[in-house]
Amino acid sequence: MPEQTTSIPVNVITGFLGSGKTTLLQRLLAAPELADTAVLVNEFGEVGLDHHLLQRLDDDIVLLQSGCLCCTIRGDLSGAMRDLYSRRERGEIRPFRRLVVETTGLADPVPILSTVMAEPVLRHHFRLGNVVTTVDAVNGLMHLERQEESAKQAAVADRIVITKTDIADASGVAELRCRLARLNPAAPQLETAPGVALDPDLLLTRDLYDLDGRAEEVRWWLAIESERPSAAAPGHHHLDVNRHDARIHAFCLRFERSLDWNAFGIWLTMLLHIHGNDVLRVKGMLNVGESSGPVVIHGVQHLVHPPDHLPQWPDADRSSRIVFIVRGLSRDMIERSLAAFARLGAPAAAAA
Amino acid sequence: MCGLCGVLGNEGDWTDAPARPFPGARPTRRAQRLQRVRLVNAVLAQFGLVLSDWQGAKYQLSSRTGRTEVVDNLAQVWLAAERILGRACDPLDRSLVARLEQIEQMG
Repeated sequence: MPEQTTSIPVNVITGFLGSGKTTLLQRLLAAPELADTAVLVNEFGEVGLDHHLLQRLDDDIVLLQSGCLCCTIRGDLSGAMRDLYSRRERGEIRPFRRLVVETTGLADPVPILSTVMAEPVLRHHFRLGNVVTTVDAVNGLMHLERQEESAKQAAVADRIVITKTDIADASGVAELRCRLARLNPAAPQLETAPGVALDPDLLLTRDLYDLDGRAEEVRWWLAIESERPSAAAPGHHHLDVNRHDARIHAFCLRFERSLDWNAFGIWLTMLLHIHGNDVLRVKGMLNVGESSGPVVIHGVQHLVHPPDHLPQWPDADRSSRIVFIVRGLSRDMIERSLAAFARLGAPAAAAA
Repeated sequence: MCGLCGVLGNEGDWTDAPARPFPGARPTRRAQRLQRVRLVNAVLAQFGLVLSDWQGAKYQLSSRTGRTEVVDNLAQVWLAAERILGRACDPLDRSLVARLEQIEQMG
């Protein structure tokens, strides 16, 4: 859709307390290709500190204080975004081409993503870009196990940046990578430490709406197929349902035959109506029949982006593939249910 | 807003997007909408509900007792169905899935 390609991408940088979000942001903003970037910083507590750490404190860095973005001040987020856009249109600030929102460490990122995707005014001017989640190599495993927000932050990420690898032991980093791969196998993991170069293009710019990068993007999503964990896989612990990240799991469903677009829409709207809170992310590439390329769908909880039609397939495989990152829902039941709905729309059923 | 009937237009839902967005693509939007209604009815029949298209702009959801709601899109169908039935329509419900599988076997 035209509005998606012309609208301003919004990147959300999230990660648990002390995981290095602001340091990452500082380093990214220093890159020349991100010079036209506006920033919204959200801090929990009355006295905001993080924005003082950002070197470029000027008119297009806005601090949202007095509450956590995900629960108490979502109105502030949409208000601040509208205000930034108005000032941009009036020429009061530089015409930024990208917006980065840094959340608090305790934020559930999903309501923030929902605000960007669904707020009636914002959705015409902004679109959701990559969600970047920082995970601390030293304390990351503990956070994932004990803090549900941390597990959700990792689960919704498009890119995971493992920070502080210079002060963590290698086996701990390996175990963390393994755990993150199970939570969200579709997100590439990058390691960073002081002095290690970051690629702003890979982190922020290359996304589903970037014509050059989206075939690669879709391939990353689908890498999950080869990452299916087995009980015997090294580094994988027995599932402990009391652990926050244990109930969150990812899987990829594959359908060899083309999927009826209507049947899929009926099924997904029905699923999200009742289980939307537990479908943290759904991403997929559908073969809807005679179209030359696949239809790409992309959703966060109750919200689904308008579908995007790729002009061609990224590889020779023409099957429909859908990645789910869910909390507490059965893969088998989702697969069986979608298959039953899909057969309702199959030509044989239509003829009946 | 429609000048004749006074119905406000609604913002497009993702499910209203065409499967093939090319000029002259088949099926047409209208045909796709009617097929959508037919498929939804296969599911809603399991709950005693019926959906019909209203002027290509809205949907009308009715129960056997005549209780009716007008909705804009598929997402709202499930919300309205829940209000009418007093319970949610769960696509992961084993008995619903089994019944849909039976329909396919009979078809």
